[in-house]
Amino acid sequence: MPQDFGGRIVFILQNYWTSFLKGAGTTMAIAIISTLIGCLIGFAIGIIQTIPLSKGDNLLKKIFLRIVWFFVGVYVEVFRGTPMMVQAMFIFYGMPLVFGIKLAMWPAAILIVSINTGAYMAETVRGGILSIDNGQTEGALAIGMTHWQTMTNVILPQALRNTIPQIGNNLIINIKDTCVLSVIGTVELFYTTKGIAGSYYTYFEAFTITMVMYFILTFICSRVLRLWESKLDGPQNYDLATTDTLAHTSGLNTFPKSRRPKDGTRDSL
Amino acid sequence: MNEQNPILEIRHLSKNFGKNIVLKDIDFSVKKGDATCVIGASGSGKSTLLRCLNLLETPSSGEILFHGKNILSQTVKPAAYRAKTGMVFQSFNLFNNMNVLKNCSVGPIKVLKLSRNEAEERAMKYLTKVGMAPYINAKPSQLSGGQKQRVAIAKALAMEPEVLLFDEPTSALDPQMVGEVLSVMRTLASEGMTMIVVTHEMAFARDVSTRVVFMADGVIDCSGTPQEIFGDIQNEKLKDFLSRFNNQ
Repeated sequence: MPQDFGGRIVFILQNYWTSFLKGAGTTMAIAIISTLIGCLIGFAIGIIQTIPLSKGDNLLKKIFLRIVWFFVGVYVEVFRGTPMMVQAMFIFYGMPLVFGIKLAMWPAAILIVSINTGAYMAETVRGGILSIDNGQTEGALAIGMTHWQTMTNVILPQALRNTIPQIGNNLIINIKDTCVLSVIGTVELFYTTKGIAGSYYTYFEAFTITMVMYFILTFICSRVLRLWESKLDGPQNYDLATTDTLAHTSGLNTFPKSRRPKDGTRDSL
Repeated sequence: MNEQNPILEIRHLSKNFGKNIVLKDIDFSVKKGDATCVIGASGSGKSTLLRCLNLLETPSSGEILFHGKNILSQTVKPAAYRAKTGMVFQSFNLFNNMNVLKNCSVGPIKVLKLSRNEAEERAMKYLTKVGMAPYINAKPSQLSGGQKQRVAIAKALAMEPEVLLFDEPTSALDPQMVGEVLSVMRTLASEGMTMIVVTHEMAFARDVSTRVVFMADGVIDCSGTPQEIFGDIQNEKLKDFLSRFNNQ
């Protein structure tokens, strides 16, 4: 065991690099899968919450919707309002005792993070949908689209674009917060590190490595999501097919020139 | 179909938002090929009337007959009716997530169930008509107001509606852009498109429309041919309203 800091880090890495990678893999797998499922839950709930009720609707639809809205509200408030670590303990250790529902570690881990993400995303998506100008809805209704067509073709694509920063936020939070799953025995990056640190009593070195790893993971994710964002925005320039015959002016600069490079990419990330 | 039968017939239409009565007992009808201009001061209920005609607002009472069928009855699906009545908005309402071509073809594809090729061909036909064919790859945010409104007209035309409703289509535009939009609308009117136009463009109402409806305080104060409305008028409210425009 080397005595200096650098030497110990090299030593730990040489001996445990596979464990670190495995731990990081588990962390990323849970974080990514759960964020995806959470987004699906969030979008589903966001859509349900923004279904319009008009006077002309029949009573059955009204009652049904109100009941659904009530349970959705309870879900969002409960899971947003209690710590994930407590939920993990409750679901993994509590539920088998009381309800006889025994979940394996992996399903339990993904379930816990997913429903948490879902609860947060539900509000984000609702906000994203409400933030779309009502004119977009009217423009869609006016050409005869149904509520469903309006949502899927016009509103949700724009809401999705607006919620990407928050999806990124959730992914990063999930990458970090999976470490609370160590309480139910999930061998993710934090749990792995604790083991390695404990075996040689090298907390400082082991956790330095882990900090760097967490940072690299979250940083890569946030950059990838930015790329996705600018890809969804499409190119910032367009080509004219021929010349405009009616307009007196042609071409508009909506941004200062320096921010509109020719290749359509952003100059700063 | 008998040419003399009205396409749209509005009977005793009223609309109130809470206690605020916006439209009172409106009656009028539109025949095929009519270009009806609705004029009047802001707040007189012009836009609400037009929005009622496209069911974006639900009328409080009265009937709207489309080819003799009341579209306010529960049996008529609003979406099916709206597909036959195009609407052009003051604020354009183009889909921000689609380029110009997609904006004009998404309706025919999704609502009329045309194939993509047919829909795009149709979109191109109308985009060419409004002079926006060069811009098919542009996003709405990259266009000027007049260009957006011309695309919006093409978007409505691509549904090949029987009636086209214009809700102050030039109010958000500067004078230069007003010209390019109005010239498109003139062309449409001269081709016999049935239109109802809520507008503050008196020259357009005078020269292009076949009928002018003057609204004041939620009722149709008077209506008639452009010659009658803009000629020798007796109606005090209308006189007052028009004199303000002439003094500008």
